[in-house]
Amino acid sequence: MSPTATPEDHGLLRFLTCGSVDDGKSTLIGRLLYDSKTILADTLSAIAKTSQKRGLESVDLSLLTDGLQAEREQGITIDVAYRYFSTGTRKYIIADAPGHEQYTRNMVTAASTANLAVILVDARKGVLTQTRRHSILAHLVGIPHLIVAINKMDLVGYSQDVFRKIMDDYLAFAARRGIEDVHFIPLSALNGDMVVERGEALDWYQGPTLLEILENAPLAHSEHGEPFRFPVQYVCRPQDSANPALHDYRGFMGRVESGAVRAGDAVTVLPSGLSTTVKAVQLGGVDIDAAATEQSVTLLLGDEIDVSRGDMIAARDALPAAKKELEAIVCWFSETPLDRARTYLIRHTAREVKAKLTAIVHKLDVNTLERLPAEKLTMNDIARVQFKLAQPVFADPYADNRATGAFIVIDESNNNTVGAGMIQ
Amino acid sequence: MTTTSPAPLPHLDWLEAEAIHIMREVAGQCSAPVLLFSGGKDSICMLRIAEKAFRPGRFPFPLMHIDTGHNYREVVEFRDKRAAELGERLIVRSVEDSMRRGSVVLKHANEPRNRHQSVTLLEAIEEFGFDCCIGGARRDEEKARAKERIMSFRDEFGQWDPKNQRPELWNLYNARVHKGENIRAFPISNWTELDVWQYIQREGLQLPSIYFAHTRPVVIRQGAIVPANVVAPNGETLNTPKADEEVVDLKVRFRTVGDITCTAPVESAAATVDDILLETATTTITERGATRLDDQTSDASMEQRKKEGYF
Repeated sequence: MSPTATPEDHGLLRFLTCGSVDDGKSTLIGRLLYDSKTILADTLSAIAKTSQKRGLESVDLSLLTDGLQAEREQGITIDVAYRYFSTGTRKYIIADAPGHEQYTRNMVTAASTANLAVILVDARKGVLTQTRRHSILAHLVGIPHLIVAINKMDLVGYSQDVFRKIMDDYLAFAARRGIEDVHFIPLSALNGDMVVERGEALDWYQGPTLLEILENAPLAHSEHGEPFRFPVQYVCRPQDSANPALHDYRGFMGRVESGAVRAGDAVTVLPSGLSTTVKAVQLGGVDIDAAATEQSVTLLLGDEIDVSRGDMIAARDALPAAKKELEAIVCWFSETPLDRARTYLIRHTAREVKAKLTAIVHKLDVNTLERLPAEKLTMNDIARVQFKLAQPVFADPYADNRATGAFIVIDESNNNTVGAGMIQ
Repeated sequence: MTTTSPAPLPHLDWLEAEAIHIMREVAGQCSAPVLLFSGGKDSICMLRIAEKAFRPGRFPFPLMHIDTGHNYREVVEFRDKRAAELGERLIVRSVEDSMRRGSVVLKHANEPRNRHQSVTLLEAIEEFGFDCCIGGARRDEEKARAKERIMSFRDEFGQWDPKNQRPELWNLYNARVHKGENIRAFPISNWTELDVWQYIQREGLQLPSIYFAHTRPVVIRQGAIVPANVVAPNGETLNTPKADEEVVDLKVRFRTVGDITCTAPVESAAATVDDILLETATTTITERGATRLDDQTSDASMEQRKKEGYF
């Protein structure tokens, strides 16, 4: 039952697409789905009908991605949508984030689960304020790989000079912001050049197609050697009278958020600080050899230790910090501003604690990363803040560990998720 | 201490791990969850995921089916058998009871009952005080679902507001509700139809027989294959052909199993899961498009039904 990666299965890549209005993002996604042969015939025929209704001559690929009624009426994308395709060797989940300024929160949401971002640039317009904002946000949320896709090359005569100019502009901006690992690719989503097929119009470009980059991109957990982190979600105590063997069974259920675990490993349970060893790793009540990052399993421990939901089992030689004060970059989502007088709930891993804002260090201009003084945080603001917590959380800096460095803020009055934070 | 994991998790293992994590979050955060189990292939996968998540313990939720009374006999029998094998509690609530109570009024006797399941579901939620319904919906089934959260908030009327969804970041789920409100949790949101069939194959899961090719009398109505003269578990004969329709014997299988009056099969000779996988990998018709007559009414019909409290 332990995962055995065959040469045929290169896992699952989650990526984000973002761009400004009208830069062809929906068309690009439509093209990826279409050319990877997963757009199915009747979806197409339904779209062909809608395209005719709007008086369009050819099939509009962007209609594949605009999901909600309100959006179809306005012809724009207003919420994160998820799309799927598979090449047979790798499965992809696309998070499609809208480009408008007021929807920064959607971009951050989409970016939080992505390991790669495709940033669309209209070849006629070059690097825009929105391009910079999307890049800064993707970088801020810790997406390790960026692809700048310079689209609509067909409308600039497939000019290599235009491509070079945009690349130089972007690199100058990226260097100032500490953004590394950027791929540039010229393409025409409309005609399909360099998306899945190379086409014939861009023969001066020798690099990989967009799909080739995606097929070879490293997956999140294969990149860092992070220590073992296991937030306990649920405790299994069957006490099944029909089976005496289960009377003393206590299984700690959770997902390996980083690192790996096998029987015999030395671990410490937080907050108690008690140390023990892993007696067994199980899936569905059956022993397995080991569990890798992102696997959901059940751990049995060598000693009887009191462990409950929200506790953390971690590598004994590399523990996370117990923090009762958090300094974090927070993105605020709510129309109601962050209020110093109020108590919020912070959910970090499987743990929920009460929290109060103690300081706004500064606000960040998402177009320039400039630090601005701020008295309050309103919707779509991003700021460095400090919280005081009622109980500790067991955290790593977000830059080292996205799973144990992230939290959400909940407003108890309506239970809405009002903010997201990255621990510094 | 092992600190690295160089080989990527194969995609089915990743999807399974994510689904287990979501079910455990429901169990950890909600006080009275329920898992919706119809006997269909997606909910059959959900039961296997629940076994992997919670065994050797019992499931921390009962199973529930909202029965229209017009489900295929083979599926209803399978539903009862599977629940018994697992030793888990199965609650069945019936749209026909809602009709008797007067809370569901059909426009006409032959109106498909699928959309009326919303009413019966809300009645059951109130009866048992459920604060979370775990469902097997997938985002690839339909465009409105592609934007729905994994933990999707419903107000006390069971309504989904697509413009006012809770942001969902990382794998931090917010299933908090006030009394009367509830969450719909979708652990296999990120699965496609192909993933589901691959999982069924890998896990060796049993399915109701009508998922496999069999010969049955059908009529062709507006391009769709409609099974003719089907006897429902309540004894009614459904889908009686119109005078000008010709009944033919066709080899078909079902890709989704729902209400007899609105679920159409596809022509197929696929007799095994392997055959179906091959067909699914090369198929040219999306799942709901070919086989759900109730989704074809308008481009936005699923979104409309979800706003009204549908799964």
